[in-house]
Amino acid sequence: MSGALEQDTRDTALPPERLACELARVWRTPPGLLGFIGTVDHKRIAHRYIATAFVFLALGGVLALAMRLQLARPEARLIGPDRYNQIFTMHGATMMFLFAVPVMEAMAVYLVPLMVGTRNIAFPRLNAFSYWIYLAGGILLWAAFAIDMGPDVGWFAYVPLSGPNYGSGKRADIWAQMITFTELAALAVAVEIVVTVLKQRAPGMSLDRIPLFVWSMLVTAFAVIGALPAIMVASTSLILDRLVGTHFYNPSEGGDVLLWQHLFWFFGHPEVYIIFLPAVGMVSTIITTFARRPVFGYLALVLSAISTGVLAFGLWVHHMFATGLPRLGESFFTASSMAIAIPNGVQIFCWLATLALGRPVLRVPMLFVLAFFFTFIIGGMTGVMVASVPLDTQVHDTYFVVAHFHYVLIGGSVFPLIGAVYYWFPKITGRMMSEYVGRWVAGLLFAGFNLTFFPMHILGLIGMPRRVYTYPASLSWGGLNLFVSMSAVVLALGFLLFFVDALRSMRGGAVAGSDPWGAPTLEWATPSPPPSYNFAYIPVVNGLYPLWDDATGVNVATGLRVDRRELIVSSVTEARPEARESSPRNSVWPFWTAIATSVVLIWSIFSPWAVVWGSVPIGIALIGWFWPKATPEDLA
Amino acid sequence: MRQPRVVADLSKLPLHGFETASLTWWGTLAFMLIEGTGFLLTIAVYLYLVAVAPRWPIGAPPPDWRAGTATTLVLLLSLVPNVMIARAAERQDIRRVRVLLIVMAAFGTAPIPLRVLEFRSLNVLWDSNAYGSVTWFLLGLHSTHFVTDLAETFVLVAVMFTRHGENRRRFGDVQDNALYWNFVVFTWLPIYAVLYGVPRLT
Repeated sequence: MSGALEQDTRDTALPPERLACELARVWRTPPGLLGFIGTVDHKRIAHRYIATAFVFLALGGVLALAMRLQLARPEARLIGPDRYNQIFTMHGATMMFLFAVPVMEAMAVYLVPLMVGTRNIAFPRLNAFSYWIYLAGGILLWAAFAIDMGPDVGWFAYVPLSGPNYGSGKRADIWAQMITFTELAALAVAVEIVVTVLKQRAPGMSLDRIPLFVWSMLVTAFAVIGALPAIMVASTSLILDRLVGTHFYNPSEGGDVLLWQHLFWFFGHPEVYIIFLPAVGMVSTIITTFARRPVFGYLALVLSAISTGVLAFGLWVHHMFATGLPRLGESFFTASSMAIAIPNGVQIFCWLATLALGRPVLRVPMLFVLAFFFTFIIGGMTGVMVASVPLDTQVHDTYFVVAHFHYVLIGGSVFPLIGAVYYWFPKITGRMMSEYVGRWVAGLLFAGFNLTFFPMHILGLIGMPRRVYTYPASLSWGGLNLFVSMSAVVLALGFLLFFVDALRSMRGGAVAGSDPWGAPTLEWATPSPPPSYNFAYIPVVNGLYPLWDDATGVNVATGLRVDRRELIVSSVTEARPEARESSPRNSVWPFWTAIATSVVLIWSIFSPWAVVWGSVPIGIALIGWFWPKATPEDLA
Repeated sequence: MRQPRVVADLSKLPLHGFETASLTWWGTLAFMLIEGTGFLLTIAVYLYLVAVAPRWPIGAPPPDWRAGTATTLVLLLSLVPNVMIARAAERQDIRRVRVLLIVMAAFGTAPIPLRVLEFRSLNVLWDSNAYGSVTWFLLGLHSTHFVTDLAETFVLVAVMFTRHGENRRRFGDVQDNALYWNFVVFTWLPIYAVLYGVPRLT
């Protein structure tokens, strides 16, 4: 049925079955190892990204359980202080750099191209490169931990502890270079998302018709671009201090230790919103679908996402209130920390209004949204508390802060994420996760989480500092700690059940069909799981909810070529079609570039010359990547 | 499955767009934003260290300005062929593009010995003190960008002299390369002012 196509064959020239067949051929990923490492399909790469991130979530969770086991009773001797330092550092670094940011970006890598109605992400080879670099960074960190070289300086690696005078060995360097890997990967994805959203939207998807999840990811991507260079400057200068004797953080030679904190938190605070904003988009999406009505206050939600993204850059000093900064500066950052509660409050009222005016259906994704409301609001309120300097000084570095940020991060981000997995799982795998098991998962996670972390507020208020490997019985913290540790088991069971449900449903779940929830956005207009080319015809959009506006069909555009990978480039504001652009073919060069880059980054922990000699193989790999290949994608 | 309803015909669209209709143009812009933020932050680090130091520069005379000024002049001069090459690429004039690429490769190579001289005339080493560290870091960061773009220019010279040269996409690559070179030149100006001006102000 399918001989070779003539050059410039258009979709209009073929009947639908033949069209699907030809598109599948031109967009396919071949089987075998070369196909595996060479694929540039955003969905396959996102699968890997998501699966890898959840593996790191599990590993970070095991470390958390190890800490809870140790702290369950006073004066325990299960884990020594040195190992404990590595464990809490690894837990924080894994959760922040190897789980939270990557998993959110990975969800976007999967969903954004589908939601804007295009066939692949912009710069798909960069996307492949990004995954391999991320994986290499994760392996570096965990391999180092396995040989007792894991970083032990906390996830924010404050100097002078992490500097050359106190951080002996290579532990702090492992942390700093893991940062380089993960931030490089994250920046690459951010560029892809920005360009995909700005330039590859389906014809007609003007700015006011962009789905809210896509808006959130666009703001997040810009926040990544603004924030991550700060941590790269910080980690590079730290490595230089440790390796070649620079003095950025050495006060006796004109350096300054607080400089580290400024640089770290200029990244670190926006980081919180880099994790939270995608969750906001997930919540808006889930609420709209299950309230069965258009979201209340679309414009207000978009503007609050943007203003949250902007304000996120004006808060970093509130992490440094205990360092004795000038009082006027502290007051400014108190004010800005409270100001960011305003756009977040606006969002919450918009969501509540949507639910109140709609006919909400309480399926599993919605249960996680409710869990998010309850938990995140508590986290937000303790946030307003610690924004006040006197209170912060009192509870700084205590378990109160540990409780606060877990409420914000797990409540604000992980609950929506798990809800989003239940919501989009049918699209990604073609099968439903279990509604019955899902309710148990939601219950266990919600109860387990609150029972674990709420008592930590009290532990903090009665003086228990964070990051202590044990405590004397005389301080009477034992009872609450035992309670917390037992609750952590409930929380862990919830996660375990979630993993079991996901793995079982992948093969045995009920077949989903293209749109099991009756949702309004474009990703549901294509089969589940979507074919390699996403859409047989590029959709055309006339409103914010294309699948609700038209219950039976979908508007499409034709005239695209079938003999090469082709998609539509459109204008930034109105999404007016500008070109039929080609999308790059599969290539193994991003993989080799990632290998060469990884070798240089790891080598440079030991010798500065690595950067000089290592640039040669990187250069060769890059030339291989970009050298024209005379494919139909390149020729036209 | 939903039935497709054809409402638009895109068959007349061009197969590749230039500038704002090109994905790589936007990608270049995004990378410039990332790297520009990096430069800005490094300048902020420099000024922060100035603010905490009792006197600046620390334990060294200000850098000799001659090599840095020569680099600046060469870079500014290179903007002329750079603008010309962008225009030639827009007109898809392969002969002009080839000649001008060689000119640009020469203009990119000329500042290398000057840059080496610059490092030598800083009058301080990276491990002398924080002033030396941040000065070397800032100059090194800019040199990395500059060398990277030069390498890209050399690769482009090679590509444009092959059969792959006469292709709309390659002309787009030449334009993006010219855009990035502008970025390398324009980011140098504030860095030059900081490296050579600030030690003379305080």
